[in-house]
Amino acid sequence: MMCVTRDKLCRIILTATVTFSLAGCAAIRGNTSAEVPARHTIDEFRDQRFAEVADPWERFNRGMYRFNYYFDKYLFIPVVNGYEFVTPDFIEERISGVYGNLGEVRNLANSVFQLKGKESVTTLGRFVTNSTIGLAGMFDPATKIGLKRRNQDFGKTLGYWGAASGPYLVLPILGPSSVRDTAGFATDSAITYGAYAAVAPFGDSPNMDRGITALGAVDARHQQDFRYYESGYPFEYNMVRFIYHEQREIESHKQLPETDQEPATSIFPAGGS
Amino acid sequence: MYLKILLIACLTLSPLQSLAADAEYGYPIPGSLEATIIGTPASLMPVFTGKMRTRPLVLEVLPGRKKPPVFFYDEGLRCNFAYQKQKAPLVFLIAGAGAGERSAKITSMMRALYEAGFHVITLPSPTHANFIISASRSGIPGDLTEDAADLYFAMEVAWEQVREEIEVSSFHLGGYSLGAAQAAFVAKLDEEQRIFDFRKVLMVNPPVSVYNSAIRIEELLNRIPGGSRKQGVFFNRMLSKFSEFYRYGNFAAINDEFLYAIYSERLFSQEETAGLIGLTYRINLAGMIFASDVITNSGYVVPKNRVLHSTSPLSDYFQVSTHISFFDYFNEYFYPYFQSRRPGLTKEALVASQTLKSIEGYLKSSNKFGLMANENDFILDKAEIDYLRRLFGERARIYPRGGHLGNLEYKDNVAYMVDFFKGQGVQP
Repeated sequence: MMCVTRDKLCRIILTATVTFSLAGCAAIRGNTSAEVPARHTIDEFRDQRFAEVADPWERFNRGMYRFNYYFDKYLFIPVVNGYEFVTPDFIEERISGVYGNLGEVRNLANSVFQLKGKESVTTLGRFVTNSTIGLAGMFDPATKIGLKRRNQDFGKTLGYWGAASGPYLVLPILGPSSVRDTAGFATDSAITYGAYAAVAPFGDSPNMDRGITALGAVDARHQQDFRYYESGYPFEYNMVRFIYHEQREIESHKQLPETDQEPATSIFPAGGS
Repeated sequence: MYLKILLIACLTLSPLQSLAADAEYGYPIPGSLEATIIGTPASLMPVFTGKMRTRPLVLEVLPGRKKPPVFFYDEGLRCNFAYQKQKAPLVFLIAGAGAGERSAKITSMMRALYEAGFHVITLPSPTHANFIISASRSGIPGDLTEDAADLYFAMEVAWEQVREEIEVSSFHLGGYSLGAAQAAFVAKLDEEQRIFDFRKVLMVNPPVSVYNSAIRIEELLNRIPGGSRKQGVFFNRMLSKFSEFYRYGNFAAINDEFLYAIYSERLFSQEETAGLIGLTYRINLAGMIFASDVITNSGYVVPKNRVLHSTSPLSDYFQVSTHISFFDYFNEYFYPYFQSRRPGLTKEALVASQTLKSIEGYLKSSNKFGLMANENDFILDKAEIDYLRRLFGERARIYPRGGHLGNLEYKDNVAYMVDFFKGQGVQP
């Protein structure tokens, strides 16, 4: 009851704020016609919200989502297309394999952090097999002998040990993430960088390092089919946010809260049929 | 993607071996809903190895159209174009309700026809947001006659764009689901305008009456506790079920293995399966309603005169739009619009005009048509199947199972489709 009242209060404040800010907009624009309330509003439905994710920075995130769309469109995808055009499929697959194999270092470190003994051994086995017989990961004999890949990262490790995902966050270029996964990504980058440095196939030439990183980025985008706004669905942002969040939640094996999640998902307050 | 996984996941019927009933037709999944969700197992699809030359078309169909800033990314009607080097017939394909020009189903039809030597242009459904924003003159989708006129015009624009690049010997037309019904109306319009003079028109799993079929899909949602007004509760419950199953199973990722486990363990009941199909449909419909409301500034789910921007949060509109049923849309939005334009129009007359019956004389007499349908398609009832059989006679191929579009990619179906266009089927 308390909750509902507070919710209502929030709604009133929110409505007031929105109305004022919109009034502000209208004043600035001058000739905009007055708004007329919609025939159907959220207040008439008494149901749980669904496919929702905490997103307090939504305007920023949507701006970043749009930025990534333009970045992809004018730079990243043309570069990836050029790469795909000049590189035979066979070579592309080998390159993906090498980067995938370097990623095993991240997978291994994080299985260890999660104290997953069997999985760590499997991943280590994969890394050793593919680095040697698989020629630095160009081929994947490990999968053929039953050592399956287990993708791990520090974001999942944090989730595994109970860290909440925190608000949704769209990163420049990298796309959908969360506060937790961003922190995880920073840690993983350090691990991966360490792996590159340890292997150091070209000594310590900074240009070579940059080249390797750039090729890695192009390879990663090449493997990713997703294109911003391609679905044309007006709620694509919401769907992508939901799918990203849920997949991370599920795959990090986070304990679900014991009670049902109604307070978190928030119920529509008012009446209706 | 996730939603699709969730849907693929709710496979409830007993596995594939149990059905030797219809010996000569090998599509394996007996249940209508299951077939609709699972589609065709990859091993039963035809294999295409050749490279397909394609390029996207972005067409300015309505030059004067003002686009609200929330649709800033929409730069024109998007079609997908696959072209041969040599002279060949060109097939236009119309996607099903809510689907875009690159949806999996239309792309697989395109692939098969391309492999058989056709040029192909795919178009989004007139119920897809991109079409509403960039190619629908009224901005109010759902009327077969008007949507067909918009489609026909869009096809002309697409043809203008590519006619210098390819050599075309003749034109064909095809569509699936709602797109099949629209194809019939487009073909009829073409009889008057004669721009393409379509030689063959294939309809795959069409509704006989759009209204009746929408009723049947809406009914799927009524099987969940509390009905469609509690779809949010239902969705959240299915989601927890899904993730708990994952959590206790020690799976490596949300992958085929996990999905197969959901299938074999029968995680979702028959009612839940139906509910998930109904909900997917609603999520699609929400995109149509929202796009139409914004483009026409009708004040239906978005306040009239409110300008939404590229960074405006849309979650509330999403929640509201998914709670609008087809009936709400029809009674409160679609019907009043047509009534205001044609005073005296009754609801019954409007419903009746959204049927194949309304052009049955033409469909009966023209031998350019072919029909593929499934006996157990849940958007049709027995009487409608019989009607299709009578209407199309020998031009109809009605399969014993496949649900709604579940067997579209099955090898026999693909072969039938290709043969139809190649000419072993009906001759004009």
